[in-house]
Amino acid sequence: MTSNAFLLEERIPAGCHHALLLKRGYALRLTDLSGDGNVGLLAFNADERSERYNMADTLKAQHTHKLTLGNVLYSDMGRPLLSIMGDSFGWHDTICGTTNAAMIEATYGLNDFQLTRNGYYRNGRDGFLMELGRWGLGRRDLVPNANFFSTVAVDNEGNIALSEASYQPGAWVELRAELNVLVILSTAPHPLREGPAYPEGDIEAGVFWAGEVPASDICRTACGENQRGFENAEAWFALPDGGPRA
Amino acid sequence: MSTLLRQETIRAGDPFMARIDAGQRVRLVDTEGNEAIDTFFFNAEDPRERYSAVDTVRRQRNVYLTTGTELVSNEDRAMLTIVDDTCGRHDTLGGACASESNTVRYAHDRKFMHSCRDNFLLALLNWNEDFSKRDLGPNINFFMNVPLSADGGLRFEDGISGPGKYVELVAHMDVLILISNCPQLNNPCSGFNPTPVEFLLWDA
Ligand SMILES: [Zn+2]
Repeated sequence: MTSNAFLLEERIPAGCHHALLLKRGYALRLTDLSGDGNVGLLAFNADERSERYNMADTLKAQHTHKLTLGNVLYSDMGRPLLSIMGDSFGWHDTICGTTNAAMIEATYGLNDFQLTRNGYYRNGRDGFLMELGRWGLGRRDLVPNANFFSTVAVDNEGNIALSEASYQPGAWVELRAELNVLVILSTAPHPLREGPAYPEGDIEAGVFWAGEVPASDICRTACGENQRGFENAEAWFALPDGGPRA
Repeated sequence: MSTLLRQETIRAGDPFMARIDAGQRVRLVDTEGNEAIDTFFFNAEDPRERYSAVDTVRRQRNVYLTTGTELVSNEDRAMLTIVDDTCGRHDTLGGACASESNTVRYAHDRKFMHSCRDNFLLALLNWNEDFSKRDLGPNINFFMNVPLSADGGLRFEDGISGPGKYVELVAHMDVLILISNCPQLNNPCSGFNPTPVEFLLWDA
């Protein structure tokens, strides 16, 4: 995918929030330009917004706690919302959630709007809420997010740590919509990232048309679970718009 | 000297919901062994504040729950602490079973089996109709063994619990406890044989 083919393109500075409506068959390519970026992501079925990304269902269906090429982000209704159709990064975190204002101040120091205007240190929780509020959603909808471009290793005792593998300048991931999906993004730092310097790099977000999902698709064929998940997604669209076919 | 306020048997596959006041102590007993108790918490005064698996994991820098674990809310506040645990390890990343995820994980014909989500929704709506599916999030699975591996894997494995093992928690705020005594028959989380569990509540 070359960037001149993007139908829509946006650069999101570190710490900010953004949303886009990604209809079925379109894909979002995220690029971590500096390598120090993190993209917190929430996803909702735009046609029925009580259906949303579900961390636990995503993990147990695919027997994984990392997201990478071939994985899908499941909703709580047994359907893939987004498929990872391309990934240069390797291991995206699912189990750490996001930051709040107190965590950001503890890690990076006090730097609010009054002090530095728009250079202030933003946090993920507030950014998600500001974006969710624009779509009629709220605190109940702020569920555990995925964290793209952050790798969290787990040892045999269950201890977690942010991995140096998180730093990959130019890393990209491509997410294809399997339903009509409301994507909510926060580029606030990962909750395990250490201070004292707040990250500065931009995230590039480009939308392109990915097309119909072939039977041989790497996400669909990754496991029997995903085969059934894709069948569930197709069932959501089984009835044509405007009544029965003639 | 603490006083026993309440003792209930939760039958296999049943929901349960109760209020626990700050300072009270609750014990959940895996009476016959290897029974997953899917559990969730709300702030009783502000149910938009609820248990958060990821904040709990992030704050203790560990994915497993045991004695000393603070159960943290989505507002990053300690709701309860696990003060005793004769099992040793509990899951909070596997979530609750549901008809929809059953179709994905096992087969389309498992859709109409009983599930924890059905229990959660029934108990919530009976408690207060302001609740809905939007209020749910990844829960705790007491007595369930879901090991994570260093290469990124996650498995549901045979339980490490046994008859009479229990976990005890002390509440730091007034909370609502929401329980589904898991009816799952498709994986080892309840030993393929769901059994009753006990709920006990003391004033301290
Ligand atoms: Zn269950």
